Amino acid sequence: MKKRVVITGLGVAAPNGVGIAAFTHALKNGISGIRHDAQLQELQFSCQIAAQPQISEELKARYFTELELRGFNSSGILYGVIAGMEAWQNAGLPIEKNEEPDWDSGTVFGSGTSGIDKFRESIYKIDDLQTRRLGSTVVAQTMNSGVSAYLGGKLGLGNQVTTNSSACSTGTEAILMAYDRIQSGQAKRVLAGSTGDSGPYIWAGFDALRVCSSKYNENPEDGSRPMSASAAGFVPGSGAGALVVEELDSALERGANIYAEILGGHVNSGGQRGNGSMTAPNSTAVQRCITTALQNAGISGKDVDAINGHLTATTKDSLEIENWTKALGRNGADFPYINSLKSLTGHCLSAAGSIESVATVLQLHEDFIFGNTNCDDLHPEITALIDASKIPLQTLERTSTIIAKASFGFGDVNACILFKKFQK
Amino acid sequence: MNKQELILKLKTIIKPYTTNTEAFDNLTEETDFINDLSINSANLVDIVLDIEETFDVVIDNTDMERMLDVKTAVEIIETKLAAK
Repeated sequence: MKKRVVITGLGVAAPNGVGIAAFTHALKNGISGIRHDAQLQELQFSCQIAAQPQISEELKARYFTELELRGFNSSGILYGVIAGMEAWQNAGLPIEKNEEPDWDSGTVFGSGTSGIDKFRESIYKIDDLQTRRLGSTVVAQTMNSGVSAYLGGKLGLGNQVTTNSSACSTGTEAILMAYDRIQSGQAKRVLAGSTGDSGPYIWAGFDALRVCSSKYNENPEDGSRPMSASAAGFVPGSGAGALVVEELDSALERGANIYAEILGGHVNSGGQRGNGSMTAPNSTAVQRCITTALQNAGISGKDVDAINGHLTATTKDSLEIENWTKALGRNGADFPYINSLKSLTGHCLSAAGSIESVATVLQLHEDFIFGNTNCDDLHPEITALIDASKIPLQTLERTSTIIAKASFGFGDVNACILFKKFQK
Repeated sequence: MNKQELILKLKTIIKPYTTNTEAFDNLTEETDFINDLSINSANLVDIVLDIEETFDVVIDNTDMERMLDVKTAVEIIETKLAAK
């Protein structure tokens, strides 16, 4: 029999709320984390708005020592540690200075890059023949696994400590990797999550691709418009989300608070065949990812109460909805409720999947469906597929049993998870 | 600068890197950076950079490898200062 796997802790450093309480409030009340970005303006980006978590010095000092903060310049590690430590504490797990590592606990904490600002700072020094003066932390801050290494040390994790990377599906994939490791009996609990650096050196490539929102520089909060007829690109974002994924027996034994159950899921790739490419999803693969996730979870399309989509606010939103209608075998008024967090947080790239999964789990646990903003003008291609009432513009108080979360990324990669409200 | 002043300056440099406050408070010439002060070996690199900045000297890799306790550190800094 399959092991049951649950979520016992949540943590988040999102552009519209740092910490679970602030983030939940922002979700329920449609509070945006998208702001004008002076640096992007100075650097003459087309898109001069962005979404970054607002981190106080006080919060930094809570999770990092004074020594760790000397020469520290990695926003991704900063967000990841804040979210990861919050999730661990939120799960009621101890942070001890024990001699033995905790052999039963590990982390899969994804990222797209690490410490890009530290990397830039180092490159200038290297070219100035100052390599010997770089200091001791360049490797730890710029290795991709920097975030899991920092967390592993702070928590004394003795199981697998790793970082996965699969573009914008990174966070969702991390949760499924944690689920698999617990399923296979190799760990009791895994801190799953993902993080993404802030700033122009991460976001420039997307600006160059002309896929960012450039018409709302004067109205930042209107700039991210998933599912809207006037959607014209995504708003770059950053942050981190974290979930403690745990074997049910271990959670019950500890008397832990259980937020939700992970019923199952799937990751796959379209192989950049068919209509798939480096930057576009192969629809057959997307549908297959969703249907295989349903099978893996032992449910059918009709069991899904709501969807938290990938929906980045590009021209691909309609195609994503079409893929959901085909994979679930549901359309029109029969389609589940659907929402996109990106109208409030922009597209947090490698952090998107984990932040949005935290939002999904909060909806299950606290009985609401957060409202979509900036899509009063729904795209006609979308309303031709599903009923407009399935895209709530206001937060609904509603108990859901199963919510599907999917993320898609460059390289034609897909990930889909089915979360279920916990019942014993 | 006499030896006591030099050690005092060195103490200020070392302080942020040590986690063993008791050993730090009782620091003598015999104190070992790693074994007594529990300084992470990677941080010795940072200590050398801080010494270079404070005393305006350059410490090469060979000297750095030897610089594992207060006594050797003082010796190396004194030699470098004298050569200025």
